[in-house]
Formats: sequence, C-alpha cells, structure tokens
Amino acid sequence: MTLTLSLDRVEPRDRGRVGGKGYALSRMARQGLPVPGALLVTVGAYRRYIERTGIGEAIALEINRKIADEMRWEEMWDAALRIRTLFLRTPLPEAIRNVLARDVEARFRDIAVVVRSSAPGEDSAKASFAGLHESFVNVRGTESILDHIRLVWASLWSDAALLYRKELGLDIATSAMAVVVQEIVTGDRSGVAFTVSPDDPSRSVIEAVHGLNQGLVDGTVEPDRWILDRKTGQLLSHRPAEREKALYASEAGVVVRPLAPGLAEMPPLTPQEVALVFRTALDVETFFGSPQDVEWTIRNGSLHILQARPVTAGEPAADGDKRPWYLTLRRSFENLRALRQEVEGRWIPAMIADAEALSGVDLAALSDEALAAEIDRRRSLHGKWSDIYTEHFIPLAHGIRLFGQAYNDSLRPADPYEFMDLLGGTGMISLERNRLLERMAGRIRGNPLLAGALRQDTPAGLDAAFDEDFEAFSRGFGDLGCGTDRCFTGQAALAGLLLRMAEAPPAKERFDAGTIHRRRDAFLSRFEGDARQRAAEILDLGRASYRLRDNDNIHLGKIEGALLAAVDEGKRRLASRAGFDASALSAEETARALRVPAWRPRVATPQKKEAGPGPGLRARQLRGQPAGPGLARGSARVIGSPEDLLDIRAGEILVCDAIDPNMTFAVPLAAGIVERRGGMLIHGAIIAREYGIPCVTGIPGAAELIRTGDRVSVDGWLGIVTIEAPPSL
Amino acid sequence: MDDLSALRLRMEQMLRVQKLAALSTSSPRGGPYSNLVSFKALDTGRILFATTRATRKYANLRADTRVALLVDNRRNEEADFHEALAATGLGRAVELSGEEREQGVAAYTAKFPFLEGFVRAPSCALFRADVEKWIVVTRFQNVIEVLPIS
Repeated sequence: MTLTLSLDRVEPRDRGRVGGKGYALSRMARQGLPVPGALLVTVGAYRRYIERTGIGEAIALEINRKIADEMRWEEMWDAALRIRTLFLRTPLPEAIRNVLARDVEARFRDIAVVVRSSAPGEDSAKASFAGLHESFVNVRGTESILDHIRLVWASLWSDAALLYRKELGLDIATSAMAVVVQEIVTGDRSGVAFTVSPDDPSRSVIEAVHGLNQGLVDGTVEPDRWILDRKTGQLLSHRPAEREKALYASEAGVVVRPLAPGLAEMPPLTPQEVALVFRTALDVETFFGSPQDVEWTIRNGSLHILQARPVTAGEPAADGDKRPWYLTLRRSFENLRALRQEVEGRWIPAMIADAEALSGVDLAALSDEALAAEIDRRRSLHGKWSDIYTEHFIPLAHGIRLFGQAYNDSLRPADPYEFMDLLGGTGMISLERNRLLERMAGRIRGNPLLAGALRQDTPAGLDAAFDEDFEAFSRGFGDLGCGTDRCFTGQAALAGLLLRMAEAPPAKERFDAGTIHRRRDAFLSRFEGDARQRAAEILDLGRASYRLRDNDNIHLGKIEGALLAAVDEGKRRLASRAGFDASALSAEETARALRVPAWRPRVATPQKKEAGPGPGLRARQLRGQPAGPGLARGSARVIGSPEDLLDIRAGEILVCDAIDPNMTFAVPLAAGIVERRGGMLIHGAIIAREYGIPCVTGIPGAAELIRTGDRVSVDGWLGIVTIEAPPSL
Repeated sequence: MDDLSALRLRMEQMLRVQKLAALSTSSPRGGPYSNLVSFKALDTGRILFATTRATRKYANLRADTRVALLVDNRRNEEADFHEALAATGLGRAVELSGEEREQGVAAYTAKFPFLEGFVRAPSCALFRADVEKWIVVTRFQNVIEVLPIS
C-alpha cells in the first residue's frame, strides 16, 4: 500500500486516495501552475493507522453513544474532543512511522510546512464542505509534522464534520482522510479569488489581506474586496478594509501583529496585481473546467496558488436548520478576545443597569393600565436581552473550547477534560449565592432556636447576622431565583431550603485559590517565552468564558424575574375577577386582560404529556455523557417543574430535563446529577464539577424514564446511569 | 469419535478469537441471570471480564461467585447445527485488585484497545473467572468435558 505520493506521481485513478485538495494541487503542478511543493499522505496511511492501532472501534463507540439526531452540538463537540485525544495519544505504529518519517524528512528537513486536510469527496463539484476539517500553518520538524498529520486525521471526526455526518456519509468503515503536507509560502500579501461570485454569476470576487491567508480564512483579519466583471476583467468596485492587523508566521504556528503604519494605509494589492490574481484564477478555472475558489499568496512579487476547489452554490440551509449558526460559533482567539471585551465592558453592565432600574418600580402602586404597559416594556426588554444573549454571550463560550484544545494539544492528558480543573474557582455568581445559603445554613446548624423559629416562620430578631444574610439574599437574588416560567417568591421557600441544608453536612467546593494557582503555574511552566504569554492569555480567556457562561444567565434571570414579577402582580389582580382563571396566561395575555376587562382567554385543551417509555417497558441502564467524575448512589428526585427543586433532600440524585444557573441553588444538596441536555459545558455539569458531584448528561427522556424515589447509580466516569430493579427471583 | 486433542485446540482457538461470552450469575435469592460480556482468555482456566459496579451482574457476583460462561462460534445459519462449537465454562469469579488488576487490564486492553477507557474507569470492576471445567458441544449433541490445563 502506498502511504505517500509526490505531486508529480498522482494519476487520475489516485483521486480517491489523495483527496480533492491533493488531487487538484497535483493537476495544477503538472500544468505548470505556480503551486508550492507538497507531499501527499494517502488515505491508505490513515486506514492502516486505524487498523493497526484498533482505534476504529473506539471512534465507532464514541459516535454511536446515542442516536445521531438526538445529539446536541455540545455533545458532538465532546465526542470530537474525545476522538481527538484518542488520535493525540495513539502513536503511529513503527512500520507506518518509518515510512512517513523517511518521506517527510527527505522533503521537509528544514522547511516549515502547512499540513492540510484533503478528504475524498470534500471538494467535489457537487458538495463543498470547506472548513469542516483542520489545517495547520507553519509546522516545522519531522516529529511535529507527523503529530499534525494525526491531528488532521482526527479532524475527519471534528464537531463540524459530525454535525454534517449524514451529508458527508461519515462512516467508520468507509470514511478516510488524506493529508497534504505543503511547503509554506510565507507571503506578504494573501487572499482568495472566486472566479464566480456566490452573489452574482456575472462577476468575480477577490479578497486580500496583508500577511498570511489564515487570518482571512478564520475571520481574524478583515480583507479588502474587489469585484470584477467576469467576462472583461474590468474592475467594478473596491471596498477597502479597516486595516489594523495581519497574521504572520511565528517560531511555531502563526501570530497576529498590528500592521506597520505604512501598510495600514496601503491596499494589499495594486490594480495590476488584482488583474494578475484574476487572470491566474481564470486559468485555474479553465484548466479544471468549472468555477473555482482559489487560495493564493504573493511572496517577493511572485504569485503562488495554495489550493483551489470548485465553487459550489451551497444549498441554502433548510428552515430551522441551526447548523450553519453552530459553525459560526467556532471563533479565533482574537475574535473571542474582542467579544469578551464587548460582553464584559458593554453588555453585562448595561444588563445589570436594566435589571436594577426594573427592581426600583413599585408594581403594586401601578394602575392596571400602567401595569399592562410595564409588562409590555419588560417583555420587550427581556426579548432584547435574550437576542443579545444568543448573539454575543453564547459564542463567547467557545473560549472554553479554545483553551481546552490548547491544553490538550500541549499536554496530551489521558482525560480530555483535565483542563476543566483550571477553570474552577472563577468567581461565579451562582457559587457566591450558594455560599451565602451555606453560611445561613451553618448558623441554623449551630442554633436550634433559630431552626425552630424558621419552622414557625418567625426568624427575625434571633440572630442578627442571619437576618442580615437573609435580607441580603432576598435583595441580591430575588428570593430563590427563577425557573423557566416562574420565580420562587416568598420567604417560606427559602426558609424550607435552608432548614434542609442545615440537616445535611456543609457542601464543599472543590477549588480554592491555592489549588487554582498551583495548577495554573504547573500549566504555564510547560511553555517558554512568547508561548507562555500566549498560554496565559488563552487560559485567562477560558476562565472568563467559563465564568461568564454561568453569570450571564444569572443576569438574564434577573431581567426575566422582573418580567415574571410584573406578570404575577397582574395575575394576582386578575384572579380577583369573578370566574377568571389567570393561571395559564402568558405575559402578553396578562397585559391584554389588564387593559381590556371584558377580554377572556381562549381555553386550550391541555395536551396530555406522554410519560415514561411505554407500557411494559422500564429503563434499567442509560448511557449518556460523563460530565462530572465520581460514583453516586441514591434516591432519584425528578424535577418536573421548578418547584420540585424545593423538595430535594440531601443525598438525593437530581434528575432533570435542563437546569440553568438560576436553579442550581439546590445542587449542593444533591449526591449526583442526571440531565437530559448533553455536554460538559452545560450548567448542571459546570456546577457539579465545582462541588465534585458525579454528573451524567445527555440522557434523552431522563426525567420521564426515571421516577422520583427510584434507586439510581450515577457513574460520572463512564456516563452511565443505572436504575436499580427491585429484587426478583 | 473426534480427536480430543484437536477438540481442545479448537476450543482454545475459539476462546482466543471470540469476543463475547454469555455470562450467567445467580441473584442473591438464587435466581438465574445471563448477559453478554467481552472476555479475554488468559488460558483455558482463566477468563477475564469487566463490568461496572452498578450492574445487576456485579451485585450477583458479590453475593455468589459461581458463574457459567458460554462461548460459541455460531453464525445464525442452518449449518450451525452440525458445525458450531459451544463451550460452557463452570467456575468462580474473583474481582481483581492491585497488581493483578493492572496485569489483567493490560491483557484485556491488548484484546480490546477500544475498551481501555471503560476498563480503567474507577467504577469498573475486572473479574477473573477461574474455570473448573468446560462442557464442550460439537455436532449438535456430542458433549465432552474438558478440564483446563494451566
């Protein structure tokens, strides 16, 4: 089996062996087009590696953990991360290593390279799935190049690829990945050319940046853009970018630097160069016989073609297909750093200010008309912040992933989630809230009189410090926080929770400042010079993303709480109207009923919810995602509605559909957590790790298949939940 | 009459290549229970298998160490009736710990590299079934008792 091929040895029959990108490069090289020298690692090398190491079945087990359609994007990311770790930690078998090392050494002994994915079928004219797989720029040295070949192989199973698993026909038995190891051309200007504009078939588009292409491709650097008439080559328009920075090759990898002042004013291409890029791209199109997307760079005045692939129309995503949006969540470090500044500097202070302004309104003093207006105002405010949450806050969570990847790439731990230990103790508001609860519970433990008074609902005056905390809690967290459709108001709920907490030993957080500092130092000590600075920055971004992922929900929860408080006030008033059942009204309907006394809601027939697996069926063991290590056994407390959280007893297993940070006050009481939503980064998993509570996520129907009172084991190492059967036979 | 030494070789070969065995255990009340386990035969007398500790089979094994292991090479075809070889091993299972567990994990993962994460998880128990005898069935109804040779 041939493991590598040079560009000049590729024949048409090899197309399936070297992938679309590799094949296009070989044909251009034969045609005399200016492409850099490259070595093609065939799909045979991938296949042999998978066979010899036996990791194929491990990948198959991973991606078949549950039905593909039921996998959330977060779970695909988790699966991809575990698969990536598998590749990182499984060395090349000697026989494969020897061949690849010999061929790489012979060509690239002292030459830096780009290691690109070249999946068969990826760049065919029918389907373009550009960007689903990984490429690495500026890799140097045989060992490093071999490592990166494995990382490109791993990206056959990237989260993005898993997202399009059906369309790609991803299958352990038939899918494979070829790799292009290409001499790097460190151009001073780079870009892409579409011989046919995706927007207008009569035009061509050229985009260019100073420095390397990677900045344009991953969205870090904004390009200048030229539109040309496709037939005549006449320049129709030029849209200059705000040129501030560029990507350059560093010692290993790439680095973003501000542009020198002279360059910032200068478009990356002269009009003559625009014409040259256009003509060359058309040559490529003529050669391949179809419109092309050409990646190019200019070094010392010479134009080089880095890769070319057919332009595909790209079918518009079907309505409700959120996958293109998920793909936009994968962002570069620079992009995320800017986003963090925006979120921390602008959005969060504005959201806090909005919430505070709302809390100052005395709802009871408003007329019905004014209350209706207030409900509408709060609805629109909540809608606005929910949109901002989706647009700006959710993407920031990718900072956690970016850090995780950097950590795993450099340290290659056996546990792909070891990096999470560096993200603890970031100052999450939900933990501050829980500490305040724990402090109050502690005072109850030491004061039986206080416990007795709380049961009688007359605690005030017995313990000044307790009263102060109780007040502070109600002020800061609005009683007990809000669920998805209502808030827990009233001090009785809080008192009940505190009494139960007081009956249990204090919950311990896993992370203290000392541990975090030691782990941080140990992590950073693996790097030197610029790389250490970079590692520190990525860690800092990861920690901020982690903290904000939880905190932004608490802030949004306050806006939501303010809306629900106004709606509750409205419903209270409506309930006093004879024969009026306001309980099921939406916010909008509540406002309407307040304005129009004669209005009556349409009575909807309540839909009976299908519960449980069906007659005669009983789940006994469910496989999900391991999300918090450890083993817990206890009685299940299934959360059907937010109020159920108030019933939880110490040592129970919390089983829920989805939990958000406004609801995690109950978590310190739980011995284990089971959640329908999947992934390591969901809020239930985040808080479980802070307390060291075993957690399994991603179990479809968890809250229906498990019943309150079932004896349940939560295996947070393997992601398995076992529901014990009563003794039989 | 089959060549008995050839039968032993066939059985040894089958224990090497087959991946799954039906494991039978007894519940604390003595009730029967069977399930599939992946196994690694160290030799014909020592069979390794793994289970997480929350399972019914683990609870059974804690209460009663007696096990039966059925290994066979049927292909779900008519020819199975005359061709298939089935071996039932009777013995006791012991949970491994310490150095024995480490060695066992190494042997087990050599056969099932993709189960390394599973078998190394702290919640996973590795057992060794010490087989006292095998009851081997060939040609539909030929039954031979085979004692392990260690």
